Amino acid sequence: MNDLLNQIRLVADWLTSSKQWHGDDGIPHRLLEHLTYSGLSLLFAALIGLTFGLLVGHTGRGAFAVASVANLARAVPTFGLVVLVVTLAGLSTTPVLVALVALAIPPILINTFEGVRGVDPDTRDAARGVGMTEWEVLVRVEVPMALPLILLGLRVAAIQVVATATVAAYPGLGGLGRFIVDGLSRNDYELVIGGSTVVVVLALVVQILFTALRRFVVSPGLRVSASRT
Amino acid sequence: MSDGEPLVRWDWIADHAGELADYTGVHLRLGLLPVVFGLIISVPLGILCHRWRWLYPPVLTVANILYSIPSLALFMIFVRYTGLTERTVMIPLTLYTLSVLVPNVVDGLASVPEPVRLAATAMGFGPIRSVVQVELPIAVPVVIAGVRVAAVSSISLVAVGQLIGQGGLGYYITRGLQLDFPTPIVTAIVLIMLLALATDALLVLAQRLLTPWSRNKVTAA
Repeated sequence: MNDLLNQIRLVADWLTSSKQWHGDDGIPHRLLEHLTYSGLSLLFAALIGLTFGLLVGHTGRGAFAVASVANLARAVPTFGLVVLVVTLAGLSTTPVLVALVALAIPPILINTFEGVRGVDPDTRDAARGVGMTEWEVLVRVEVPMALPLILLGLRVAAIQVVATATVAAYPGLGGLGRFIVDGLSRNDYELVIGGSTVVVVLALVVQILFTALRRFVVSPGLRVSASRT
Repeated sequence: MSDGEPLVRWDWIADHAGELADYTGVHLRLGLLPVVFGLIISVPLGILCHRWRWLYPPVLTVANILYSIPSLALFMIFVRYTGLTERTVMIPLTLYTLSVLVPNVVDGLASVPEPVRLAATAMGFGPIRSVVQVELPIAVPVVIAGVRVAAVSSISLVAVGQLIGQGGLGYYITRGLQLDFPTPIVTAIVLIMLLALATDALLVLAQRLLTPWSRNKVTAA
């Protein structure tokens, strides 16, 4: 218990020290870097994953390929991939971002696909029966009904990107992981634990954002099934 | 990386075969024990959540929050208490499995048809025997689906533990970066993926053996 209090005091000291809030090594700059990496990767992954997920889900073609990609992707050690990219392409942001995008696509793709695929065929037929075009069926029926799963996919991808962006500090990228990696190499425990705290807070904020998003955008009629994750 | 260096030097792999096998063993231990611990926690917890539904949302929220915390940060928080040991890697990995395993245990139990449950009661099974001998076996396919996801993710996450010196095959990832030599990194990535996929295949096999009736159903249909 005493130890926990010590740890909290350590973190508080680190967080409130003024040098943490200025310059390239400050929290604001590192946080901005982290958000830029994560946000950009998630954006591109969403564009690609949603497009293909909706397409495959709606047409039903390529379902096996999507399932295989998702299975295989889960087995990829993200840490290894990021380090490999840096070894091959040198330390620059773009190749690492490409790796982050590649890692974020599968969860978005598979959940979007499964969400659209899981729409009751009767509902889909009813939509066609009232004269909707294929595009309308997709946008006005399938997407709203698949939204809980689509959001789940985006959340899993976001969590993964934030985590991998942290690890990307090891081969030399910026972002919040820098505090942890630099602290480790300098044996500066205060830096390690302070950085970890900021990472945890960011992860919690991401989690809360997605929970709130689901509450706002998912149709009330789907709430019951949406509580399953 | 220097020009002309191939992506993989096969002779390096041949020279390090014994060492690679050792690290593979460590990697499997670090990746799979957390799944076992996760199951030991999730099965009773899932049964409780199934029995008392109000318990489920808070348990799931906590599991999801734990899952969202990046592994590197979670390792560092545990270093203080468990040092640079294997436990520091295995405790967070165990916590991560809960976000997949608990929902799958609950969903699996929910998938048991009501008549089956009633039949068990009618035959004189008490609530505990009914869960253990009737409902859990029926829930096996859904639970194993969760175990597959948990095991594959766990095996691929172990590598991050190398940053506190306990990463199984992750050792070759940091080594390759230090030496600016891609072969160990590629080897580690491929081996980790193979371990994950082989584990996945074994779990599919385990499910077939544990639920012989589902296979009969397929042939009967």
